[in-house]
Amino acid sequence: MKALRTTAVMAVRGLVMAVLGICASLALFIVSVVAIALSAAGVGLVLVPLVTLAVRAYANLRRRLAHEWFGTEIKEPYAPAPAFQGNLIGLLKRYRWIMTDSATWRDLLWLFCDATAGFALGVLAFSIPYYGPYGWVLAAGVWRPIVHAGGTEWFTFVPIRDQQTATLAGLLGCVYLALGVWLTPKIMGWHSQMTATALRPTRERELELRVARLTETRSDALDTQAAELRRIERDLHDGAQARLVAMGMSLGTIEHLLERDPEKAKILLAEARESSTKALTELRDLVRGIHPPVLAERGLGDAVRALALASPLTTEVSVEIPGRLEAAVESAAFFAVSEIFTNAAKHSGAQRVWLDLRHEDGMLRIVITDDGSGSADPSRGSGLRGIERRLGTFDGVLAVNSPAGGPTIVTMELPCVLTAPQR
Amino acid sequence: MRVVLAEDLFLLRDGLVRLLEAYDFEIAAAVDNGPELTRALLSLKPDVAVVDVRLPPTFTDEGLQAALHARSEIPGLPVLVLSQHVEQLYARELLADGSGGVGYLLKDRVFDADQFIDGVRRVAAGGTAMDPQVISQLLVHKARDEPLGDLTPREREVLALMAEGRSNIAIAERLVVTERAIAKHTSNIFLKLDLPPSDDDNRRVLAVLAYLGSS
Repeated sequence: MKALRTTAVMAVRGLVMAVLGICASLALFIVSVVAIALSAAGVGLVLVPLVTLAVRAYANLRRRLAHEWFGTEIKEPYAPAPAFQGNLIGLLKRYRWIMTDSATWRDLLWLFCDATAGFALGVLAFSIPYYGPYGWVLAAGVWRPIVHAGGTEWFTFVPIRDQQTATLAGLLGCVYLALGVWLTPKIMGWHSQMTATALRPTRERELELRVARLTETRSDALDTQAAELRRIERDLHDGAQARLVAMGMSLGTIEHLLERDPEKAKILLAEARESSTKALTELRDLVRGIHPPVLAERGLGDAVRALALASPLTTEVSVEIPGRLEAAVESAAFFAVSEIFTNAAKHSGAQRVWLDLRHEDGMLRIVITDDGSGSADPSRGSGLRGIERRLGTFDGVLAVNSPAGGPTIVTMELPCVLTAPQR
Repeated sequence: MRVVLAEDLFLLRDGLVRLLEAYDFEIAAAVDNGPELTRALLSLKPDVAVVDVRLPPTFTDEGLQAALHARSEIPGLPVLVLSQHVEQLYARELLADGSGGVGYLLKDRVFDADQFIDGVRRVAAGGTAMDPQVISQLLVHKARDEPLGDLTPREREVLALMAEGRSNIAIAERLVVTERAIAKHTSNIFLKLDLPPSDDDNRRVLAVLAYLGSS
């Protein structure tokens, strides 16, 4: 039953592919060729970018469909666009950007293949399994009006003249259906294989895009690190360092006063001790901000548990991390969770928070759900943007699902290796 | 009174030894790493142990683990844990067996020698000495619907001081009321937390445990 349903769905998707191929792909192919041909006349300068953008939007739609319908993931291969310039030079730059991008030509080639081979495969995928039920329909009696009207329906190699031949067509229909169940998923597999081959970035382009991404995240990482160091420097300078200076001065004065005015010296001593306590408190807070002690001692799971205990919200934490993570990832994940926690308590009006941390398939996955008012938007809040950037350094991603009225679900994924538990 | 001391920094260990000796404690052993601490605790069975959380070789929570392990072997072995930072999580783990004789203090508390020694003695006698910082961390959970919800603000205040390990007399002094008033508050607290009648020290530990939210 499941195989039949899969086949039916695949066949319909094949039909959609065939229709898209013969209509959209073919039309876009012809328009593209014409636009490029018109380049010589100058009109193409304007036309080519417009048409190419349309082609790319269409190709991206097909990439998405390939992923959603056939499970083939295809990344975008296009070179980044030049900065916008509203004059002739800008126009020329855009034209050059498109014409020198190998992905443009690969798209064009794909449009042609999709309109021909893609169309044929789509039609095959649809018609083989659905031809079967057609045979049954004939066998069930539809042959009669056809024959009475004087026509002869050929079911493949069977000319239908009476019930006997019609029944034969019905049996043959079963063969077609079986063939379709076997073949249709395969055909659509070939179809998406072809799409993937044509539409995926070349190895070279993939590396180029990767380099661009790494350059971006590296500079983000350096910026964040520099900002962190500045903050630590300032905190030390204004905090512990200043207190130690004050203590040293007090001790100097005490030395001086010890014999002349022991009472005053005693007061100053008490002050010096107070100062040392305050310096320690400040250093402790600073250390928490750099690398929380529980994180160093127990790892991410317990650090998050400690965080939950200290939070004013009611929290439920479940952790499935058998071992320790890389220190840098651990720290990034901890501060991300900590920030989202603070956000939930401060902005969303949430009462309860659920936290789920697990390590599966080389991936650390953190899901944080709160029952607050929702409407958290990573593009607006600098906090979420900051987390996204910091996770980006580790090739991690952040997804926020926060409809108005809540709940807010924040999901983070970080690729990382698990080291053996220390104990 | 025999003490086992574990602290990896020489200066601090030396300072603690001198401090404890000045208050007539006998130092049975002063060690600087986890495995030696475990051995010393199990073989010497001291009257009280003063232990730093972070110790070699792993520099994680070696000291805490050694203390917990020793307490599982020798139930009620009095342990005072010292740390540069205090965590409610660790406090709960220490108190979890409900047998008392547990202290958990910031290292700075050593500055006030009298109070620190007082804490050590309380722990040795089977009481508790929780750092005020652990307690203040708890105060953020104001409106939680746990057994503590039934307590009046005054009773909470008394319970917080109880958790630090203070006696009724000390609490009375602190809140400027009579000892009898405090005794009334404590029996109300025990009643509301549904603690079985037993000796006062044990009930106090159980009340603190409930306060830390792990019961």
